[in-house]
Amino acid sequence: MSQTIATSPSIHLGTDYIGKPTSRVDGPAKVTGAAKYAAEFNVPGLLYGYIVSSPIAKGKITKIHAEPVLTLPGVVRVFSHENVPSLAWFDRSYKDDVAPGGSPFRPLHEPKIRFSQQPVALVVADTFELARYAASVLEIEYETEAHDTDLETKRDNGYEPARGKLGWVPPPPPRGNSNDAYHNAPHQHEAEYIHLAQHSNPMEMFATTVEWLNDGQKMNIFDKTQGAYNVQSYITKVFGLSKEEARVISKYTGGGFGSGLRPQHQVFLAVLAALDLQRSVRVSLTRQQMFSLGHRPHTLQYLKLAADDNGALAAVQHAALAETSRFEDFTENVVNWSGMLYQCENVKLDYQLAEIDANSPIDMRAPGAATGSFALESAMDELAYKVGIDPLEFRLLNYADRDQNLKKPFSSKKLRECYHQGAAKFGWDKRTPKPRSMREGNWLIGYGMATGVWDATQLNASAKACFDADGRLTVSSASNDIGTGTYTIMTQIAAQTLGLPLEAVTFVLGDTNLPEAPVQGGSMTAATVGTAVQAVCRAIGEKLLKLAQQMADSPLKGANFEDVQFVNGQIRRNEDTKQSVVIRDILPAAGEAQVEAETSTLPDLLKQSHYSLHSHNAVFAEVKVDEDLGTVHVTRVVNAVAAGRILNPKTARSQVLGSVVWGISMALMEESMMDHGFGRYMNHNLAEYHIPVNADIHNIEVILVEEEDDIVNPLGVKGIGEIGLLGVAAAIANAVFHATGKRVRNLPVSIDKLV
Amino acid sequence: MSQVSHALPTRPSVSLAPTQAVTLRINGQDHLLQIAPWTTLLDALREYLDLTGTKKGCDHGQCGACTVLINGKRINSCLSLAVMQQGEEITTIEGLGTEEQLHPLQQAFIDHDAFQCGYCTPGQICSAVGLISEGRARTEDEVRELMSGNLCRCGAYTNILNAVMEVVRNELKTGS
Repeated sequence: MSQTIATSPSIHLGTDYIGKPTSRVDGPAKVTGAAKYAAEFNVPGLLYGYIVSSPIAKGKITKIHAEPVLTLPGVVRVFSHENVPSLAWFDRSYKDDVAPGGSPFRPLHEPKIRFSQQPVALVVADTFELARYAASVLEIEYETEAHDTDLETKRDNGYEPARGKLGWVPPPPPRGNSNDAYHNAPHQHEAEYIHLAQHSNPMEMFATTVEWLNDGQKMNIFDKTQGAYNVQSYITKVFGLSKEEARVISKYTGGGFGSGLRPQHQVFLAVLAALDLQRSVRVSLTRQQMFSLGHRPHTLQYLKLAADDNGALAAVQHAALAETSRFEDFTENVVNWSGMLYQCENVKLDYQLAEIDANSPIDMRAPGAATGSFALESAMDELAYKVGIDPLEFRLLNYADRDQNLKKPFSSKKLRECYHQGAAKFGWDKRTPKPRSMREGNWLIGYGMATGVWDATQLNASAKACFDADGRLTVSSASNDIGTGTYTIMTQIAAQTLGLPLEAVTFVLGDTNLPEAPVQGGSMTAATVGTAVQAVCRAIGEKLLKLAQQMADSPLKGANFEDVQFVNGQIRRNEDTKQSVVIRDILPAAGEAQVEAETSTLPDLLKQSHYSLHSHNAVFAEVKVDEDLGTVHVTRVVNAVAAGRILNPKTARSQVLGSVVWGISMALMEESMMDHGFGRYMNHNLAEYHIPVNADIHNIEVILVEEEDDIVNPLGVKGIGEIGLLGVAAAIANAVFHATGKRVRNLPVSIDKLV
Repeated sequence: MSQVSHALPTRPSVSLAPTQAVTLRINGQDHLLQIAPWTTLLDALREYLDLTGTKKGCDHGQCGACTVLINGKRINSCLSLAVMQQGEEITTIEGLGTEEQLHPLQQAFIDHDAFQCGYCTPGQICSAVGLISEGRARTEDEVRELMSGNLCRCGAYTNILNAVMEVVRNELKTGS
């Protein structure tokens, strides 16, 4: 059964949780260590698989010397392309829900090596220590081929991707005449902006525990993923299994940031071994092997912006060249934002890919936009200096009231309020425009700002609810909580919709035995799953109302669903709230043990089609740069975000705080440095791949700007996982320019680029 | 084209060290294990004792997710072999509090939303317990610095600082 939700429900309730700073309901489990992640299900008779990774970037395996390893007592099997049973043949079986175009990588499929650290063998043994040792002594011979891992050499080999992944939108066609407008304008700026590859590096390393169930050859697959259904669909297609034979469970995920959107090779390997050995198997990646997964692609961007003497944008040209693998066209929306964030009649946007001998990139927090926003917002700062206008004033002058890419109005856009509230909180008016004009002793002070925009997306989802005679409500949907707060906000939505105490509600997720929900990503879970949860609770409410009306002398007789409200554990008439029934009394009176409902929801595409749906933010950053040493400290950040209704300001604020840390990291620290001689990331560990530590983070203020929107979805939420990251890296780079007079267009802004 | 071999030219012979009996005192309880001598304390906890609250984030002492307390002092359990800790008092996150009876730091982490995915959290909390008993951290800057061995990729540092400071201030109040 499927239904769309017509309008926003009447939310005027005493059990009013939406918008309240509720503490995480999964908090006690997480702070006590009781929350179990994928590698923590210690099922009986567990075997351990350890992955052997290719030391070469391109070539083929010529010989695997498995025999000496297999003589070790306790080593059970060495899996490689030499002995993997025949699996699904066609590419479509390996394509997951969010796969880009091309032929997905198939682990242990053939001797060919396509990227450094490609998994080439899985050693399975009785203990972890033994598997690790056996993997370390497994000798493999390779024949190498010349590899090319440097995007810089591919400037003339770019091509326009013909096929993208879910959510990819090719750049809109050019509008106006941006070449003429650029040449005729009095103020011009052109420059190249670059960042290398970056890796998500969630704290939990990818792992899968397959529990082998003897009752009819079924498996419980405990996987680190952002989408249980996506993993199940992949596993069943590849291994020719039924859904009943491959239940995927993911109750807690130790961070994802996009890296868990696609099924990763450890789940393939663990299932392969479990099926072959008919045993329970665990496979975990090492931190080094985490760099064999996808990454934010190395991207070269060229910006040309021009403005007239009044500061009106005359031309925008934004071209990007991003790396992809030899086997898939990984696409993301890098340049499109530059055609919609500011009002401009002459725009040309280009997006190209070039193949290198590396693994396919993957979405990494605010994919595409984080890349594009750094370039556009740096260039806007540079042009503002050329025109001689304050960077904030310059943005306000070119404010877009309509989305010129789509030629549609925004469903809501409180970016102007973000600018004003953010600037006021930050003290932007204390900024003196000239670079190197603010200092404290040896510290050069810089103020910078930038803007961001992200999609507000809702997809289809299903949810189930069960209300029992004890007054407990259990709501479920196979979504995920990668730290985003899904458990908590869904509990709030359910409790408020049925007027129940939070303690009476349990939300269950991360299990393919539950109703289907899409992968958790793209800031769409609150809208997507939240709408389904609200709908299914309303369905329960309708059933409870009918039963309540059958009670003796029911004060609710004759009332329609719209005539009543669910508040403080009661169903009450709107016009006379004393006319009420206690919800807990309904099922005992009816002699029912429970009521159940299952609902699917989908976006109201007809309503949405007239609008552009986006969240926005404005970021203000203060840096202090040591004049002699070039060390940069981000001492203050104000991030003002307009993302529709905020379901939980406590968890939402945390999302934005985390985004700012990510932005500081992107601006100053992160880069996966490829040694092109070996075709390998050389800093593939957490000591050399730098991310911020506690001492790097100072004052961060989050402003959640009020924004009402009844078009995006019934809840009015836009999602907040990505938007907070946008603009942060550019704001910091702009602040560094203001402090030092040095413009760094090649991230990260490291000391060597400043001294 | 060239031939390369993954293996070193002079490889050690493939052989195994025998397992041995190891007794670990964890959260006030003795546990007898039969494990290989190269088993880390972290793997002993997670893989042999089902004490999975202690997390593995890098296995190289670079992230702090595996922080536990040895005689009250914080260490990275991935950098210690289990055999080295016989006779010592080992405290893990499971020994600090339960969901029904939280340690003050556990409660402060919930109140301040000092985590998101929760994976670094047990290490952060154990580290904070160690930090407070070291008695060196009194100011925000000191706490930031002395909590910098524990990475948090979700970026909850601001809230971690506030949670730890709340408990530090309470300790200073009751201690003085």
